[in-house]
Amino acid sequence: MKKLTKTMIAFVVVMTMLVSMCTVFASAAEEEGTFKIGGIGPLTGAAAIYGNAAMNGVQIAVDEINALGGIQFEFNPQDDTGVAETSVNAYNALKDWGVQAIVGTVTTAPCISVSAEAYSDRIFMLTPSASSTDVIADKDNMYQVCFTDPNQGIASADYMAENYPDAQIAVIYKNDDAYSQGIRDTFVSEAQAKELTVVYEGTFTEDTQTDFSVQVAAAQDAGADMVFLPIYYTPASVILTQANAIGYEPTFFGVDGMDGILSVENFDASLAEGVMLLTPFSADAEDERTQNFVKTYNDLYGETPNQFAADGYDAMYTIYQALQEAGCTADMSAEEICEALIGVMPTITVDGLTGQGMTWSDTGEVSKAPMAVVIKDGVYVLPETAEE
Amino acid sequence: MVFFTYLISGISLGSVYAIIALGYTMVYGIAKMLNFAHGDVIMVGGYVCYIALNSLGLPAVLAVLLSMLACTVLGVVIEGLAYRPLRQAGSLAVLITAIGVSYFLQNAAQLIWGATPKNFISVVHFNLPAGLMRLGLSSEALITVLVCIIIMAVLTAFVNHSKLGKAMRACSEDKGAAQLMGINVNRTISMTFAIGSALAAIAGVLLCSSYPVLQPTTGSMPGIKAFTAAVFGGIGSIPGAFIGGLLLGIIESLAKAYISTTLANSIVFAVLIVILLVKPTGLLGKYAPEKV
Repeated sequence: MKKLTKTMIAFVVVMTMLVSMCTVFASAAEEEGTFKIGGIGPLTGAAAIYGNAAMNGVQIAVDEINALGGIQFEFNPQDDTGVAETSVNAYNALKDWGVQAIVGTVTTAPCISVSAEAYSDRIFMLTPSASSTDVIADKDNMYQVCFTDPNQGIASADYMAENYPDAQIAVIYKNDDAYSQGIRDTFVSEAQAKELTVVYEGTFTEDTQTDFSVQVAAAQDAGADMVFLPIYYTPASVILTQANAIGYEPTFFGVDGMDGILSVENFDASLAEGVMLLTPFSADAEDERTQNFVKTYNDLYGETPNQFAADGYDAMYTIYQALQEAGCTADMSAEEICEALIGVMPTITVDGLTGQGMTWSDTGEVSKAPMAVVIKDGVYVLPETAEE
Repeated sequence: MVFFTYLISGISLGSVYAIIALGYTMVYGIAKMLNFAHGDVIMVGGYVCYIALNSLGLPAVLAVLLSMLACTVLGVVIEGLAYRPLRQAGSLAVLITAIGVSYFLQNAAQLIWGATPKNFISVVHFNLPAGLMRLGLSSEALITVLVCIIIMAVLTAFVNHSKLGKAMRACSEDKGAAQLMGINVNRTISMTFAIGSALAAIAGVLLCSSYPVLQPTTGSMPGIKAFTAAVFGGIGSIPGAFIGGLLLGIIESLAKAYISTTLANSIVFAVLIVILLVKPTGLLGKYAPEKV
C-alpha cells in the first residue's frame, strides 16, 4: 500500500513536470514567433462598412502569412464606432493586451486622436484608409496606405483638366468632415490653377445629409455638366437618386469614398451608370492576386471586397515586409519595433492590391498611382473600355 | 422658375417633418411627455416595411399595414415596459428614459439588420406629368402632403368627437380627476401610444420613400427636426404640427438655396428662437395660465 502511494506520487510529480515543461515550450514558441497586431476601426455604427471591410482584409492577409510559416501574427481588431473618444479607448485596450504594432484606425477623425497617443507611446501605426494629412503630420511613427486628401483633390482636378477641359463643374461636399473638406480645398485650388470652371459649390453636414434636392437643383440651374462629389457613397447614393428624380444627368465624379456605392443593398445600380471615380483598387482587375483575394473574400464574407478591404490587406503585407526587412522578432517591445520600422519604411517597396511598387516618404505619405474608373453595367471599367 | 423648385423641395421636406411631428405632438398633448424614441419607432417602421417588401415579397399595401401593426405593438410595449412604471415619477426621469429607449432601439436595429445602409425603393412612386417633374415635384411629396392632411383631419375629429378622444383629453387635463371619473388612464395612454406609433410607421415609410437611405440612425435627425416643428407650431396642437413642419421645411430649403447651405440649420433654429421669444407657446399653442 505504501509502495503504491509512493508510485502514485512519483507518477503525479512526473506528469506535472511534463505538463509544465510543455507549457514552457509552448510559451517560448509563442514569444519567438507570434507578433501581436492590433486593429482599430468602426465595426459598428454608420461607418461600419469601412471598418469591417478593412479588418476583414487584414484578417485574410494574416491567415495567408501564417499559412506560409515563419513570422506568425495574432490579430486583434477593436471597434471604435468611428468616434474619436471610443477609438482612444480601443487603443488603450490594445495596449493592455500587449500590442506591438497597429493597423488603423480606419477613419480620419479617430486616427488623428489615436496617432497622437501612439506617437507619445512609441507604437508603430499604419492606417489603411485615414487619408487626411493631419493623420501623419509631425508623427514619425504614422504611415498611410491610402492617398492623402490633397493628392486625391489634385489628381481629380488634373484628370478633369486633361480629359474634360471645358467642363462646367459643380462641387457638393460635406463641410463638417475633414476628409471631404480637405479634398475640396485642394481640388478647388488645383482647378483654378488649371483654369477649370467651377460654377457652383454646395455643402451639407452630418445633420443634413438626407436631402440634397436644393443642392442638386442649384447645380442644374448653374449649368453644371460635371458634378464633383468628394464624399462617402451613402450621401452620394441619395444625390444620384434625387438628380435622377428631376431628370438631371451630369457626369458625377467621385473619389475613394464613392467606392462602395454598388454594394448599397437594394440600390438601383443603373443610377450609378456613368459615375467616374478615382480609386486605387478595382475588384474586376484581371491580375491573379486580385482575383484570388476577391474569391477568398467572397467565400469568407459573402460580398465583393471594396477598396478598404484591399487597403487593409496591403497594410498587413506592408507590416509583414517591413518587419522582415528590419529583422524584428516577436520578443522585441513595441517601442523597439516602432523605431526599427520607422527606419525601414522609407526604403521598402511593396507590391500590393492597391498599387504596384508602393513606396513611402519619411513623412508617412504613400506614393502610388491613382486609377480613374467608370461604372458601366454595374461594374468598374477603365474609361477607355467604356467608350468602345 | 427655380424659386418654385426650391419652394417645392421645401414643401416636400416639410411634409415629412409634419407627418413625424403629428405623432410627437399627439403623444405630448395627451400623455404630457416627450417621446424622444418616436424617431426610432419611425426607423423600425421603415425596416419592417423594407423586410416585408424585399424578403417576404408582400405587395406595398400589405407591407405598410404590417409595418403599422409592428409599430403599434412596439409602441404599446415600450409604453408598458419603460414609461408606465414611471407614471408617478418626475418628467425628467421619463425624458431620460425616452432617450434611453431611443438608443436601445438604434442599437437593437443595428444588431438585427446591420449597420450597412439599405436603399429603400419608394412604395408610392408613379410618374407625374413632365411639367410638374421639371419643377421638382415628385409623387412622394404629393402623397406625403395628402396623407398628412388626411391624418391631421382624422386625428382632430377623433380627439374632439369620439368617446376615446374625450377620455384622452380628460387624461391630458388631469390624470387624477379622469381616474376618479371612471376613465382607465393606463389604457387611454396605451391607446395614445398605439395610435402615435401607427402614425410613426406611416411616417417611416413615407420618409424612406422620399429619402431612400435606410440605416439604424435614419429616424434620429428627422425626429429632432420634427420635434422642433412641433414646438414651432405649438406642441400639443395637431394643426400646429402640420403648419410647423411645412414652415420648417420651407425655411430650411430657401435658406440653403439663397443664404448658405452651411448656415441653413442655424437659420432654422434662429427662426425658432425668435418665434418662441415672441410667442412662447408656438404658433398655435394654447396659453395655459398657472393659477397660484
